[in-house]
Amino acid sequence: MKFVLNDKLIEDNTLPSDFTALRYLREKLGLTGTKEGCASGDCGACTLLVGALEGGELKYTTLNSCITPIQSLSGKHVVSVEYLSDAKKGALHPAQQTMVDCHGSQCGFCTPGIVLSLASLYEYSQTAETEIDREAVCDAISGNLCRCTGYRPIIDAGLSMQKTAMQKKDMQGAAIADEPYVELMSKNSDVKAKLESLRTEVQPATNYLQPQNLAELAQAKSQYPDATLIAGGTDLMLENTQRFHDFGTLIDLSQVTEMQGIQDDGVALTIGASTTYSELEDFSKSRYPHIYTLLSRIASRQIRNRGTIGGNVANASPIADLPPLLLALNSDMTLASVDGTTRVVNINDFYQGYKTTVLAEREWIASFAIDLTTLANFHRFYKVSKRMEDDISSVMLAVRFETQGDNISDVRFAFGGMAATPIRALKAEAALTNVAIADEQALTKAIECLRNELSPMSDMRASSKYRLDMACNLVKKAWLELNGTNVPSFSGHPVSDELMTLGYEIKSKGESAHA
Amino acid sequence: MRKLPNNLTIESTSGVFKPSKLPIHESAIKHVTGKAEYIDDMPEWPNELHIATGQSTEAHADIVSINLDKVRAHPGVIDVIVQADIPGEVDVSPVLSGDLLLAGDFVHFIGQSIFAVAATSLRAAKQAVELAEIVYKPREATLHPKQSLDRQEFVLPTHTIQNGDPKEAMKTAPHTIKSDIYIKGQEHFYLEGQISVAIPNEDGGVLVYASSQHPAEVQKLVAKVLDLPVAQILVEVRRMGGGFGGKESQAAVFSCMAAVFAIRNRRPVKYRVPRQDDMVQTGKRHDFWNSYEVGFSKEGEIISAEYDMVGKCGCTADLSDGVVDRAMFHADNAYHLPNARISGYRGKTHTVSSTAFRGFGGPKGVLLAEAVIEEIAATVGKDPLDVRKINCYQDGKSTTPYGQEVDENVLLPLIEELEASSNYRARREAINAFNKQSPFLKKGLALTPVKFGISFTSKHLNQGGALVHVYTDGSVHVSHGGTEMGQGLYTKVGQIVAKTFGIDFTRVNVGSTRTDKVPNASPTAASAGTDLNGMAALDAVMTIKGRLQEFAMEHFGIAADDFAIEDDVVKLGSGGNAEEMSFPEFVKLAYMNRVSLSSTGFYKTPKIGYDRKAAKGRPFLYYSNGAAVSEVIVDTFTGEYKVTQVDILHDVGDSINSDIDIGQIEGAFVQGMGWLTSEELSWDEKGRITTNSPANYKIPTSADVPEKFTVKLFERPNSEESVYRSKAVGEPPLMLGISVWCALKDACAAVCDHTFSPPLAVPATPEAVYYSLQAAEMFKQQSISKQSVSEQKA
Repeated sequence: MKFVLNDKLIEDNTLPSDFTALRYLREKLGLTGTKEGCASGDCGACTLLVGALEGGELKYTTLNSCITPIQSLSGKHVVSVEYLSDAKKGALHPAQQTMVDCHGSQCGFCTPGIVLSLASLYEYSQTAETEIDREAVCDAISGNLCRCTGYRPIIDAGLSMQKTAMQKKDMQGAAIADEPYVELMSKNSDVKAKLESLRTEVQPATNYLQPQNLAELAQAKSQYPDATLIAGGTDLMLENTQRFHDFGTLIDLSQVTEMQGIQDDGVALTIGASTTYSELEDFSKSRYPHIYTLLSRIASRQIRNRGTIGGNVANASPIADLPPLLLALNSDMTLASVDGTTRVVNINDFYQGYKTTVLAEREWIASFAIDLTTLANFHRFYKVSKRMEDDISSVMLAVRFETQGDNISDVRFAFGGMAATPIRALKAEAALTNVAIADEQALTKAIECLRNELSPMSDMRASSKYRLDMACNLVKKAWLELNGTNVPSFSGHPVSDELMTLGYEIKSKGESAHA
Repeated sequence: MRKLPNNLTIESTSGVFKPSKLPIHESAIKHVTGKAEYIDDMPEWPNELHIATGQSTEAHADIVSINLDKVRAHPGVIDVIVQADIPGEVDVSPVLSGDLLLAGDFVHFIGQSIFAVAATSLRAAKQAVELAEIVYKPREATLHPKQSLDRQEFVLPTHTIQNGDPKEAMKTAPHTIKSDIYIKGQEHFYLEGQISVAIPNEDGGVLVYASSQHPAEVQKLVAKVLDLPVAQILVEVRRMGGGFGGKESQAAVFSCMAAVFAIRNRRPVKYRVPRQDDMVQTGKRHDFWNSYEVGFSKEGEIISAEYDMVGKCGCTADLSDGVVDRAMFHADNAYHLPNARISGYRGKTHTVSSTAFRGFGGPKGVLLAEAVIEEIAATVGKDPLDVRKINCYQDGKSTTPYGQEVDENVLLPLIEELEASSNYRARREAINAFNKQSPFLKKGLALTPVKFGISFTSKHLNQGGALVHVYTDGSVHVSHGGTEMGQGLYTKVGQIVAKTFGIDFTRVNVGSTRTDKVPNASPTAASAGTDLNGMAALDAVMTIKGRLQEFAMEHFGIAADDFAIEDDVVKLGSGGNAEEMSFPEFVKLAYMNRVSLSSTGFYKTPKIGYDRKAAKGRPFLYYSNGAAVSEVIVDTFTGEYKVTQVDILHDVGDSINSDIDIGQIEGAFVQGMGWLTSEELSWDEKGRITTNSPANYKIPTSADVPEKFTVKLFERPNSEESVYRSKAVGEPPLMLGISVWCALKDACAAVCDHTFSPPLAVPATPEAVYYSLQAAEMFKQQSISKQSVSEQKA
């Protein structure tokens, strides 16, 4: 394993497969600026910046180092808080300077993580030439918990980074170019060159395999049949950090070319299983606003940068948010096998029981395909949780109505949090199929069906009664929206002025109430 | 104490502490660069050991047998201990008894440590403890404070405060309300988990690095478990990554365990507690089950109040006596109760012992008071703010149920200033209009005040100590008994020292808190850190300054009034003959003339005292006050909501550092808001805590903080002689978060046009808000049907 850490090239082939980046920094290198707050990817104290070459450009994102195997960062530029400042010159990165100026730290334990999340935002804003607004700051630090400040000064710090950097530049003029700290990491030619050289090197076989294509993956899996597959690892790694389980060989799916990216061929949307939430979010932002809105409520920025669509589905958690979405959109899945064959399974046939699926021992999910006509149907995704950001659903409903004339011709109600698996409410669907769109009695009947066919459990997230009431209310909400009623919903994004004054938002022009 | 020359007495008028540029937090730059060192960041010794404990899986049981063979055999395990291996006392309770370092043959909560392992890595220790074979004989467990009351199982005796004749007065009241409210507790979720490192020394004692708000207690308890004199133990605390009360009594056990292994194995030992263990094994804020009966006039003026407050104390007393007392002392909040009976019960449950948490019981009293106001307002058909104002302590209504006078006229002026600056009345109108036309979203608004008593309710803790050294280069080193957990105490004490000397802040270095510098220090708690330690540091400085003055008089033959240190310059002589000297130059001269440049300082809070038998007295030196207006918007489909605007006006007396004070106010507000909204503790029917991770226990994120968030300081000096007339700030603003809960209740009440204040659970999760909305809707339907029945009859 070789990677660039701050300004140093690191090589280490002695590590257990699941050794985390956080432990590597703290225990092996003595870089203790990065903290462990929870070891479960929930608090962000361990946030690191990771840069990767994409089409010759360096692109930086944040991740939770506490649940990231260090070997998964092979070939990357890893940036810790120690890199951002130059003690000799007393120079601070704009993210650090504004955190000081705005009193953004109290106990200071979460601070290095927050500094890196803000630095990531600053870096992005400089390369993309965008202005940093409040929503961008809250998004960047959505996975960073602070228990002392109440966040206001941290948000202010984020909002003043660009101005502070400008003032510094004005004061120092050309001198800024000489500063070794990462004023603009993506322009750092030295790091680029180091990463380029790593890219061409052949990596020796280790306990952490990173196949680059499907053939290599098949070979790896057949060579190490007991190896565990890992993608983002945002759930899997909790076995290591919370239950102290030691993994053997790990096979990393994230580099497999055929499993990356989202393609729209005019007929269907093909989503590679290794696509991250962040990638889906970017893709859907202008195309599929309801998917985009849902993603603002899934996990945090750091987790969305690592977690994958395939991982979320394969993990088979009954409270995952993407399975209901894919169920409602009737997604086909391509499953690939060690022997080189593939098969297509509809997601409606994928889940067998609690945490069990039709995936065979030597099989994995390669991609998802969603018919574009399905996506053109009326669809909504509603998530209910205790906290708006970075929380697991109490209930999640994905709904799709297909209409013909004034009638509903097909309906999908897919739920998370209502059973041992992601589940569809088939009786409720039937009650609303082939009825008039405005048939309120059919809605009443569908809700009655829901109450009969669903029996969710009570746990620390919600009571059984609330889950059932929500299932009914969300179905009603969707039906009202289908009928053109302006029904409000909160998302991870700020409350709009329109919602605040009218109590609802007027739908954008491009979108009719139902297709 | 020696009488100081005249010009050295502290100015007691307002406005003396207004430096032009405020110092930033002393560690700010170290925080942002990752250089601030927490205990886990200290370099490890090559032979360092790591600890994990085997935990009870039963809430209440006898232990039949323990088999640790497989634990001992696990690779990396060096030492395994059970209770019998502890060399000294087994009991590590902070005040009373019952908290055992390791359980013996009996357990009384799930998560209680039964045995402990030291291994070469934390991972090995954690893996090993899972291999134990323990057989229990379960007993019936008490899990709810209501059960404790029914079974009369208490950790300590009940205490009652009474004034007037509440029973008789209740009979005369035109309206009465009788109800109850269950208020859930809160997990501290300090970002740095519990941790301690113990290093054995050559004398058989230990050096302990602790993340503790109470190093003196850690020192005392480590000495007890090792059966050593306290003087053999040295405890150092540089900083904590957050405390919030969770490291007041709870931190000691980890130091004790590390020390036991350090002495047994003659090796440095680290005990870092993984987050999940921390959330299971350490105490939290108390749940409270409060039942109440209130009588009031047609105007909504309270005539009589009878409160029964049952704290869920857990399996031992810990600090619960003080916590329940403080809940009782704050059940009035800002409101005059002419006749009252307030009883506080210390309910025993087979759950982890509840402990200190910012507010220390106060929030459970204040929330009760505010819930009562909301219900009175709905009954008499008034805006709750009007009911708050007529009940507020004011001239003629100034005696608390425990007899202390609220004679500083701050509360009502503060409320009225905020009412005006937040535009409360106009917003109320606008919200009413919005709610009328909005079928699915409802808005709510509430202004709630807080009056919080400052002083430890245990009188002996109201003392502070400091040690100040001046070196020959003019630099100053300060040690004091307080600990730094982010609140800016070191910065404030440094400012007080610089200000009192008359020198520049940069000359002052506040060092880490050590038990060999300042002995027997009180915990940094009760918001009293600056009040006690700042005063002690000031006392030490005055002693040194007095010596310098005497020296100057003697050496230069000047009068007492002709000596001054101002703006970092020493002034000798008067008028045109005045000579100036730099501080280092003058200090060096004093040293050459053999003047002692070091002094301790001490402070004890005056005037306080509470007679427990009579349940009357003055538990507090003064009150810190504040008020907040919160506005929320609620989705009636799901109960989900957003807080859209918050305006705060808070009283910190003459602020020593307004940037730091505002930081405390905002942080406390959001923490209080979290307690009442998304942070929900949950236990299962066996008594196991199911919210054991940040994945299922949700503290606020940045997106939960309203965009419109204004905090202003109420400009008025403390009328008591506190340090530079400032007021304590740490805890009181936490209770301003109650305005969010009341605003949510208000939004739910909008469903039935505020004719009824629907019950709202604490915390007000979306689920709780949804069922509060349902209750309001049901009330509305019932009144409509009643109305139609009466119309038909007519």
